[in-house]
Amino acid sequence: MTELLPLYGFSAAALAGAVAMLIARHPMRVALALIATMLSLAGIYALLGVHVIAIFQVLIYVGAIMVFMVFVIMLLDARDPSYLQRYSRLLAPGVLLGALLASGLGHTLAHRLAAAAPSAAPADFHLQPFSAEFLRAYWLQFELTSVLLIAAVVAAIAVLRGRAGREGRDE
Amino acid sequence: MNSTELLIALSVALFTLGLTGVIIRRNAIVMLMCMELMVNAAILSLVTFAARAASASGAVLALLVFVVAAAEIAIAIPIVLLLVRQRRTLDVGAYSKLGG
Repeated sequence: MTELLPLYGFSAAALAGAVAMLIARHPMRVALALIATMLSLAGIYALLGVHVIAIFQVLIYVGAIMVFMVFVIMLLDARDPSYLQRYSRLLAPGVLLGALLASGLGHTLAHRLAAAAPSAAPADFHLQPFSAEFLRAYWLQFELTSVLLIAAVVAAIAVLRGRAGREGRDE
Repeated sequence: MNSTELLIALSVALFTLGLTGVIIRRNAIVMLMCMELMVNAAILSLVTFAARAASASGAVLALLVFVVAAAEIAIAIPIVLLLVRQRRTLDVGAYSKLGG
């Protein structure tokens, strides 16, 4: 029980961050709540022994994606009407759908996980087999992600430049 | 409740909160962040089962999902910036009549 205590702590922190995301008014506070959730998830991954995923969670999600997001929030106009009014007209149906989904998934989970046989003690996860497996069996996928990232960069430039080019022609 | 049950329950809760956020929030950037929360919930369940099975393949898959999420954000943010430049607002209600 006591060894599960840090896990409960990180889980509670992640949940609190996610709830704060729905409540906070300003996007910057939502971003900070999301960063807190992601850091708690990184702590959970480290507790599970999957340190490489915990490091990438911090480096990629918090270090790259959320910093990008925070810069975009600072670039945008702070007097936007959507900053004053948090919720759209879909508030009641959205909350209802969320409650339905949670109860449905929770019901399935309670039945399936209780029915599943308790597994053997989890084996330790080590970085060395992971790295060897990664570059031996999955090198093609690794190379394909670089193609995907280049395509994403080109598409991002095309989305922004295409608009600017059309405006230039109109004038 | 063992650690696997706890983490899968947390994954369910985070995914549901993210989906609810995408539906109820008005701000386009906040909706994007709620989508990131949903991706994180999916990765949490993936990593939980990968760690339980001590599977290197599961960890590799989680790593590839990180990269795909980064590419998704790299495309989504310019699209939101373009919408803001055109409609002068982040309110998704103002995007109901999208045209060229």
